[in-house]
Amino acid sequence: MSEKIPIGEKVLMKGNEAMGEAAVQAGCMAYYGYPITPQNELTAYMSRRMLEEGRIFIQTESEIGAINMCYGTAAVGERCMTSSSSPGMSLKQEGISYIASASLPVFFVNVNRGGPGLGNIAPAQSDYFQSTRGGGHGDYRVIVFGPTNVQELYDFTMLGFDVADKYRMPTMILADGILGQMMEPLVLHEYKPLPDLPSKADWRLGDPATKDPLLVTSLVLDVPGMEQRNLDLFHKYEEITKNETRYEEVDTDDADIVLVAYGTCARIARSAMEQAREEGMKVGLFRPITLWPFPSDPLSKLADRVEHMLVVELSLGQMWEDVRLATGLKTKVHLHGRTAGGIPGQADIVEHLQKALDSKSDEIVRNF
Amino acid sequence: MEKVFAMPEAMKDAKTLYCPGCGHGVAHRIVAELVDEFGLREKAIGIAPVGCSVFADLYWNFDVISAAHGRAAAVATGMSRAKPDCFVISYQGDGDLAAIGTAETVHAANRGENFVTVFINNAIYGMTGGQMAPTTLVGQPSTTCQLGRDPSIAGYPIRVCELLQTLGGVAYLARGSVDSPKNVMATKKYLRKAFQLVLDKKGYSLVEIVSPCPTNWGMNPPEAMKWLKDKMLDHYELGVFKDITAES
Ligand SMILES: Cc1ncc(C[n+]2csc(CCOP(=O)(O)OP(=O)(O)O)c2C)c(N)n1
Ligand code: SF4
Ligand SMILES: [Mg+2]
Repeated sequence: MSEKIPIGEKVLMKGNEAMGEAAVQAGCMAYYGYPITPQNELTAYMSRRMLEEGRIFIQTESEIGAINMCYGTAAVGERCMTSSSSPGMSLKQEGISYIASASLPVFFVNVNRGGPGLGNIAPAQSDYFQSTRGGGHGDYRVIVFGPTNVQELYDFTMLGFDVADKYRMPTMILADGILGQMMEPLVLHEYKPLPDLPSKADWRLGDPATKDPLLVTSLVLDVPGMEQRNLDLFHKYEEITKNETRYEEVDTDDADIVLVAYGTCARIARSAMEQAREEGMKVGLFRPITLWPFPSDPLSKLADRVEHMLVVELSLGQMWEDVRLATGLKTKVHLHGRTAGGIPGQADIVEHLQKALDSKSDEIVRNF
Repeated sequence: MEKVFAMPEAMKDAKTLYCPGCGHGVAHRIVAELVDEFGLREKAIGIAPVGCSVFADLYWNFDVISAAHGRAAAVATGMSRAKPDCFVISYQGDGDLAAIGTAETVHAANRGENFVTVFINNAIYGMTGGQMAPTTLVGQPSTTCQLGRDPSIAGYPIRVCELLQTLGGVAYLARGSVDSPKNVMATKKYLRKAFQLVLDKKGYSLVEIVSPCPTNWGMNPPEAMKWLKDKMLDHYELGVFKDITAES
């Protein structure tokens, strides 16, 4: 480890670099990436740190190259990582689909920017669908963390490597450009792996200890065989939903209305909640931390006693759909979505809260 | 009595699914014989591409990973970098390597990635039923150029060895063929050299094998061999195109 990294201490660091250092600490042996704003600091950081550690760094020919290098490195049993932003993530989806089918552990980061298309380089959460629905072709999921500050970027990067290994599947952080770019104090925790991480000895390729030849593939031509593979994944996903769902609830006990927000939005929502409470509204906050698995059950329970929810997101109703799926018709789910770099202000949110509370019984407030 | 011919240990005793007269089987066998010769069975990892050889694991008796169409060079990079002790063999067709996988191929070659590439040039997309490949000859018909490849529409057949020749990271390039016992032996010699260079960590080493696809050329096996010799070898010159260890 580099002398300069003050593990255990509080430092000031950019979000993108904090993820890089966490990956180094977690034993990431290879980083593959292609430049794209607003995640460039991560690639640059890894280009230096990985070489300092005698590990692998490649600036690849494309995002497709990067994700397929991850596929190869994971198949020989080593921890590896790639990162990108929205247009680059679209290119990675092919590889992620193969990685999911072959049950390989790969960790990656999307520092989401405005889209669709080339869009812009402003912060956004508009890759929520792509991230939480699998993203590529086929029947699969990716574990998705939605951190809210630089500390969580660091912590969930470490956890992301562990969870990927534990369940042998693609695992990611969905951040936005604000989180990636901003500097914040964080404690550089020492990496402590989850207990009982499974050994890779029985499936990694190129290991002379395994006597019979092994096969890593996503091709299963016979229908029952491929259906069984997908069912096995499905059962794994159910277990993950049971074990790994994370969320935070703030002041929901007496709430008439609950804000639902993640990432950067959750921070603004929290300030708005405090202001609204000062103005006499009974407001709570529900923050999904894992976006897949989505905390549907706790939200559903909350919906039993709360009349209104207001989803605040940097996209036009993507997470809103999940909140509606989770809560059914038990509560009115309103939306304040901004997109392509638009950021909801604290006052905006308070105004939306009031509008939602004042709404008629059959009315849902969406982006007035 | 001396046993003069046996199944390589690196080959499984399996029934072939390839068509009669297909070149893939010969190429698989050459690879397996060399894996035995160099004692690599336990650390070899073959890459099965998307193409007719997608089930290479049915024949090779060593670890195999199947890559997405065209991505074998990137997958090979990820494996050989992370486990330099492994011996990675990227086996790819012409569509895989020279169309959809051009970027991965050129950049792996240019970085001098340390793995062997076996490139099967059969001038056609075999698996999908005979569409035009980047290596399809001018005038050669296929299901997607039914009147023959017209360069004004589809460009020219790519000579991969010549294309890669200028790249700094390339250690070895050669083109062989499977049209005669002599050329099979020459091809094996080229591939042996490629294996040696990769074992010596010299970098990217590719052997192109001009290979028949009777089924999608619409010929019987002898006709296909003759067409290969007459037409393909006229455009695809055999020999060594680069060898960084050769004396100048
Ligand atoms: C992304 C993607 N595009 C297209 C295909 C369909 N496909 C399967 S094999 C193949 C062509 C293979 O041709 P070649 O690489 O020349 O191998 P051959 O079968 O001739 O040995 C294509 C286009 C695919 N599997 N994936
Ligand atoms: S279609 Fe062509 S390449 Fe494929 S197995 Fe048959 S002869 Fe070989
Ligand atoms: Mg072909």
